Amino acid sequence: MPEQLLFAIEVTLNGLMAGVLYALVALGFVLIYKASGIFNYAQGVMALFAAMTLVGIMQGQVPFSHLINAVFGTEVHHFGWHVPGVVAILLTVGVMVVLAWMVQQFVMRHLVNQEPIILFMATIGLAYFLEGLSDLMWGSEIKKLDVGLPQGLNAWIDETTFNLFGYGFFIDNLDIVATIIAALLVAALVAFSQYTKQGRAMRAVADDHQAALSVGISLNFIWVLVWSVAGFVALVAGIMWGTKSGVQFSLSLIALKALPVLMLGGFTSIPGAIVGGLIIGVGEKLFEFALGPALGGATENWFAYVLALLFLVFRPQGLFGEKIIERV
Amino acid sequence: MFYREAGDFKTSYQEDNQTFPIRFDRYRYYAVLAVGFLVIPFLINDYWANAILLPFLIYAIAAIGLNILTGYCGQVSLGTGGFMAVGAYACYKLMTAMPEVSMFIHVILAGGVTALVGVLFGLPSLRIKGFYLAVATLAAQFFLVWLFNRVPWFYNYSASGQISAPERDVFGILITGPNTQAWATYLFCLIFLTGSAIIARNLTRGKLGRTWMAIRDMDIAAEIIGVNPLRAKLSAFAASSFFVGISGALFFSVYLGAVEVGEAFGINKSFLVLFMVIIGGLGSIFGSFAGAAFLVLLPVALKVVGVDWLGWPTDIVAHLQLIIVGALIVAFLIVEPHGLAQLWRVAKEKLRLWPFPH
Repeated sequence: MPEQLLFAIEVTLNGLMAGVLYALVALGFVLIYKASGIFNYAQGVMALFAAMTLVGIMQGQVPFSHLINAVFGTEVHHFGWHVPGVVAILLTVGVMVVLAWMVQQFVMRHLVNQEPIILFMATIGLAYFLEGLSDLMWGSEIKKLDVGLPQGLNAWIDETTFNLFGYGFFIDNLDIVATIIAALLVAALVAFSQYTKQGRAMRAVADDHQAALSVGISLNFIWVLVWSVAGFVALVAGIMWGTKSGVQFSLSLIALKALPVLMLGGFTSIPGAIVGGLIIGVGEKLFEFALGPALGGATENWFAYVLALLFLVFRPQGLFGEKIIERV
Repeated sequence: MFYREAGDFKTSYQEDNQTFPIRFDRYRYYAVLAVGFLVIPFLINDYWANAILLPFLIYAIAAIGLNILTGYCGQVSLGTGGFMAVGAYACYKLMTAMPEVSMFIHVILAGGVTALVGVLFGLPSLRIKGFYLAVATLAAQFFLVWLFNRVPWFYNYSASGQISAPERDVFGILITGPNTQAWATYLFCLIFLTGSAIIARNLTRGKLGRTWMAIRDMDIAAEIIGVNPLRAKLSAFAASSFFVGISGALFFSVYLGAVEVGEAFGINKSFLVLFMVIIGGLGSIFGSFAGAAFLVLLPVALKVVGVDWLGWPTDIVAHLQLIIVGALIVAFLIVEPHGLAQLWRVAKEKLRLWPFPH
């Protein structure tokens, strides 16, 4: 096979892997949107917050140490212990549940029945708040996250493809693990929403708030649950991205990448989030590969948006979204 | 007590529908204008101009622009930063291409160019709405910033990729460049702000503004009663982008002087202006002023309190600022969705009756 084609295939594969990570973030959006009609802009910052908390707990950082030192003139930084990865992940899940409860208690409860766009802007405010909070809590420097996921070039694929085509494909181990975890996560989410009582209640709320309320489902509880699940998804995404490129502010910007994924796939569809993620992931890598050099590079910044924008003009509800019906 | 209407008789429809129907209110407005134009220029120094007054004036113009689109026409836009960049780069290209023309004309032309670009990116609003559109405007934001970063023609092939404002004047008074006087830049921006506010106020209470508000309140119903959604939405995008473009041009040429597009007009600028509109009050010209003043003053106040008085490191104050702004956004949306402007309105109502409750 010609070199160019092989290279294109490699780019496509890498794009698929990146797309899985986009889809992972987009999943959190879809969950909250389906259950409460809220478009949660803060999902990306939640991933950042989760990853920061995970690192902080693992390294035994004292929360707000910077602020405490500034106010009281003390010199505290670390508790001096190291928490193993699994325990730290469980603790972080706990923190995310508390966060979900607080969001529900202090923000969303008061905004029931508002217009979607008001809710959207509220989540932008929430995103700013969380960003400031996570920086204040754990410090804003770039942190390394290592929970024991394999990283680096997958030697087996490299060798096999080299023997077959005379050209070794570069595939990152982490991407493969991320793909497997994302698949498991989706399977678990589907099973949860199909086969458990709470999952069914969640779907009922998503279908019709008032009807769900009238058969005795607690909206407050379901919303806390949904935000917790979204927090968990954010944590998984945060671990993946954090392991890949370090825990830092730019992590929250993946939310911005997940938005066009959602627009393409449709806000209400879990398969849409996955397919949209893959399309965007492959599309932007191939576009950069094919036309990037001619256009001056870094087309990845806007390609996804322009693609989604053009697509929406022809099909406003996205690939798998429900048709938008409006009545006066 | 403070707002007396007794004896304030109206004898024509024109008088009844003026912007400030209460006489006291009208005189206060004239007084504010007089202070702004005749008193502050004599008291101003460089610190006040650069730290507070210039950003306030310029952001207020941007907030007016976004308020037209979001507050009056209901189309949420997250592309404000990108449109400000269009204004800045249009102004730069005009300034370097036609050095002898007055800055006034350049800034207005830059607004016109931005209006055209705004209409272009407003076209999808006919098919998509709500937050689908909000996200779609992000396409404008990222694409425009990328474009100005990557196409050398826009920054005149300069080595650094930055644009910097050459010295230009109005009637012989320097407005841009390093050798300007504080009062001159201040007055220049103030004139634009006053003009923008008057134009925006009159646009929004005229026929065009009513069609915008009809689209905002319920677009399908508006279409049924004969509002042309195409014309209404695109005119809102055009008017909004015009003001945003002017503010971008002033932001670059008068305030900063040299600009790197990703830093000065990134996504955070879009959110900042959106926050000004939310905190100030959606659908209110006064709200744009209040929101801009609030968000310009908040970091200054926090810095004075946190860094200068309490002696905290600057990064803590920066984080606190994020927390406070985020919490305020949420709080305003919950408690007072119409923002500071509504608080002001309520205060005026109370003062009209004070000290009697009814």
